[in-house]
Amino acid sequence: MTTTLNPRLQDIVDEFGAVPGQEKLQLLLEFSDELPPLPARYAEHRDLLEPVPECQSPLFLAVEVADDGTAHLFFDAPREAPTTRGFAGILATALDGLSAAEILATPAEFTTQLGLSDLVSPLRLRGMAAMLARIKRQIQKQQAA
Amino acid sequence: MTLPYDATPKFQDYARPEMLVSTGWVAEHLGDPGLVVAESDEDVLLYETGHIPGAVKLDWHTELNDPVTRDYVDGAGFARLMSEKGIGRDTTLVIYGDRNNWWAAYALWVATLFGHPDVRLLDGGRAKWIAEGRPLSTETPDRPRADYPVVERDDSQIRAFRDDVLAHLGQPMIDVRSPGEYSGELLHMPDYPQEGALRGGHIPGAQNVPWARAAAEDATFRPRKELEAIYGGEAGLSPADDVVVYCRIGERSSHTWFVLHHLLGFPTVRNYDGSWTEWGNSVRVPITQGDKP
Repeated sequence: MTTTLNPRLQDIVDEFGAVPGQEKLQLLLEFSDELPPLPARYAEHRDLLEPVPECQSPLFLAVEVADDGTAHLFFDAPREAPTTRGFAGILATALDGLSAAEILATPAEFTTQLGLSDLVSPLRLRGMAAMLARIKRQIQKQQAA
Repeated sequence: MTLPYDATPKFQDYARPEMLVSTGWVAEHLGDPGLVVAESDEDVLLYETGHIPGAVKLDWHTELNDPVTRDYVDGAGFARLMSEKGIGRDTTLVIYGDRNNWWAAYALWVATLFGHPDVRLLDGGRAKWIAEGRPLSTETPDRPRADYPVVERDDSQIRAFRDDVLAHLGQPMIDVRSPGEYSGELLHMPDYPQEGALRGGHIPGAQNVPWARAAAEDATFRPRKELEAIYGGEAGLSPADDVVVYCRIGERSSHTWFVLHHLLGFPTVRNYDGSWTEWGNSVRVPITQGDKP
């Protein structure tokens, strides 16, 4: 089965595909470093964030669907959890600002296309799929409201 | 070649002081021939963000596990792994990591299955090294390949399997998980639901002593007297006991195994690495729910 990814996500998958073995971890670390900080309205009200317990280290996220149908994503994970931050950074880069429909169409299987299974372990990768699932659920909830 | 032991006074109170080194000892001996420092973390990227200069990375998920069978690597796999890391059979291996050395203790336990002669933990692990403002490096060391011999794993002394635990029922057991997992309210560790079990509770007779109680706020092991108060006083264990420890997949209980066996000197302590993800999914094994053993 081939799945179509949005162009930004496809770029990320290609980027991971282009670097050999251990360098993929450096790339993941770059996504971790580049994860944008929370805006003040969340940094000061962390209770508004949804916990993602499927990640090995604590991660919190928030989703805002704007009136024009675009969705914005916000993540919070500690510096001591670079893998979880890296997963969040990939999702932020790939999905932030896309339409709700585009995000809902993102297949969870993309996490297995990054070539990280051997380096990170499938179990750890499940955390990223769980983040995506929660983002989708939030979008559906807000659309239904 | 074995490096000198660390004479830190706190360590001398433990049953086997030679199993621990301090951050100061590591700083002093970094670069000594015969020493390899290895970082073993829960977070697989933490090493890449900066590690003790010269330290190699040792990952449980991707390196110490067999990729297919639920088991550890075999003798040939361990020899290959150690050789690649530049670790020889006569190397003094010092392991440290995040989260109170939780995964570092696991790596040490696995190295012990292969009888590595000199393997020690850095007391306080990664957190203490960083808290003291000691240097970190992002450079991956280029260590010369070593020639580690193939030594078959010995599962008979410090590892327990499900049938061993069934035969052990009625004898001392420590469940090191959180109280919620122990009582059966939670089917997984808080915040870690990936490894599920169909039934909740604990193995009948097991006492609940969450593993992290053995660690102080700075991630070092508590002094011997405090450990004795927890495991001897509260849990009522005595060194003559034959003890089985378990958790969810055997990692947190490696930490408690280290405490009971090396710090308190219990000769017979086995880690049941099948742990709750095996027991809680097994047909017709006895289970107790609630907060009593």
